[in-house]
Amino acid sequence: MNKKEMANPRDAYGETLVELGGKYRDIVVLDADLSKSTKTILFAKKYPERFFEMGIAEANMISTAAGLASCGKIPFASSFAVFATGRVYDQIRIDVAYSRANVKIFATHGGISVGKDGASHQMIEDLTLMRVLPNMTVLAPSDAIQTRRLVELMATTEGPMYARIGRANAPVLYKKEDLKDIKIGKGLVVKDGSDVSIIACGTMVAQAVDAQEKLSQDGVSARVVDMYTIKPLDEKLVIKCARETNAILTVEEHSVIGGLGGAVSEVLAENGSPTKFKRMGVQDMFCESGEPEELFEKYGLSTPHIVKTVKKLIK
Amino acid sequence: MKQHNEEFVRKLDLTSVKIRKHIIEMLYRAKSGHPGGSLSAVEAIVALYFHHMNHNPKNPKDPNRDRFVLSKGHAAPTLYAALAECGYFDVKELLLLRQINCMLQGHPVCTHIPGVEASTGSLGHGLSFANGIALAGKLDKKDYRVYVMVGDGETNEGQIWEAAASASHYKLDNLTALIDRNFLQIDGNTEDVLRLESVRDRWSSFGWYVLEVDGHDIEEIIDALLTASEQKNQPTMIILNTVKGKGISFMENNIDFHGVPPNEMEYKLAMKELDTVQKALEATL
Repeated sequence: MNKKEMANPRDAYGETLVELGGKYRDIVVLDADLSKSTKTILFAKKYPERFFEMGIAEANMISTAAGLASCGKIPFASSFAVFATGRVYDQIRIDVAYSRANVKIFATHGGISVGKDGASHQMIEDLTLMRVLPNMTVLAPSDAIQTRRLVELMATTEGPMYARIGRANAPVLYKKEDLKDIKIGKGLVVKDGSDVSIIACGTMVAQAVDAQEKLSQDGVSARVVDMYTIKPLDEKLVIKCARETNAILTVEEHSVIGGLGGAVSEVLAENGSPTKFKRMGVQDMFCESGEPEELFEKYGLSTPHIVKTVKKLIK
Repeated sequence: MKQHNEEFVRKLDLTSVKIRKHIIEMLYRAKSGHPGGSLSAVEAIVALYFHHMNHNPKNPKDPNRDRFVLSKGHAAPTLYAALAECGYFDVKELLLLRQINCMLQGHPVCTHIPGVEASTGSLGHGLSFANGIALAGKLDKKDYRVYVMVGDGETNEGQIWEAAASASHYKLDNLTALIDRNFLQIDGNTEDVLRLESVRDRWSSFGWYVLEVDGHDIEEIIDALLTASEQKNQPTMIILNTVKGKGISFMENNIDFHGVPPNEMEYKLAMKELDTVQKALEATL
């Protein structure tokens, strides 16, 4: 991995939509006055007739997307994670999940690394909200390359789906060929190790990889899992980690309640796993304005926090 | 301009009576459901399914079909009765409304009831959903039309006005909405709960072509549906002036029958009233 190489998953999303738009004529894209930020504007420029600007009216956007899907279209509806989920929960619940509509809700600006806009815009509940909906698939790509691959899979896999990425540039973790065989419903072992498994998603996978390197220097062998599918969760992989390593740590840029950590803990508890376990994420609180790095530092999601937590966990 | 022959109109009126009998029977058996808003919606749904719309019960997913979205999902009995009478599924299913292990859910669901286009019941969604169908129709250059019925109380919901703006913005002239203007919602008169008037001016100001008809006069409805189909560059709203609980004397304009089914005595009385109307109509044919 070249740590210097950075890329923005939002650009990857917009560019992939353009590529897929040429291949699949049924793809349509909807946005709610944020196309410059979500990067759906790239699709809008290339395929204006298949792009629907819905204005600042997210509820209407989601239900309209469901109507389009009922006619065989493959709608990607985008906004910031906070507006694409919590604000329109009822529309997603009835028109998308209950109706098994082939609607792809793709949210950007997930998590606290939205930064200076503050807690109103820092969505830390979306994975929980979407995970609890029957029929819903929930994804959290970890870098620009994986975002590309997962957007392709979303377009070609039938069913209601939600995906979230962050706002900021993210370290490139993968090469395209690393991901050609990945599947929705699986996780990926990025680094193998035997003392602890760090199961992370989204932006936190890169932090976990950094932590793994530091831990290795200190003689701790950490496995890093990129759990890019939150639902359906790769339960086999979770159980395998529980059997093969002595401890499990989940890390997510999300509330510790109900997201990746919640999902993993349910599997461990129901399988009677004696493995030591800890959830890292935003505690049960709203955060504040600040630079992403400052927020990760203050709210316990920086690489040193992961290193410290692992050492304490495996003591 | 009424131009339909008498017999044609009487036949549709007779269908309306049959649908009302199904509604009363279904709700009585289910021991729950919404009589008032189901009965007020009957003539419009009969006009659509038994005359105006291009649809094929033998091929419910025909990509060229006209679509109807019942946004006021609590009037499900009316939609189900119309679908069954058209042949989308067995009429016997109607008697199993709201029963466990049965097809007909309390509110419409599109995943497993033939002919149901959208899952509704949470108010305010259906117009947006219909907009999506209309946009797809434009994109695919298909000439199907989309119909959507909203309740008057339902237009309290903010999403309705997002959708109203959107349909107008996208010039969805392949969309006709109908508002069941019965003036009653659960907590009382619509004008006391959250004033709606002027309904006509509100929709006009959002860029809609607005028509107003007696929502229980099948000829007026049919003519309005035709006029709406001919409009260009804007969606049409047909205001159906209706009576909540229409057709059953003691349910008419009676808010107590919004969400309460008839008891045994009321059921018998209601069926007797409908039988009388049915016989009178049949005598004219």
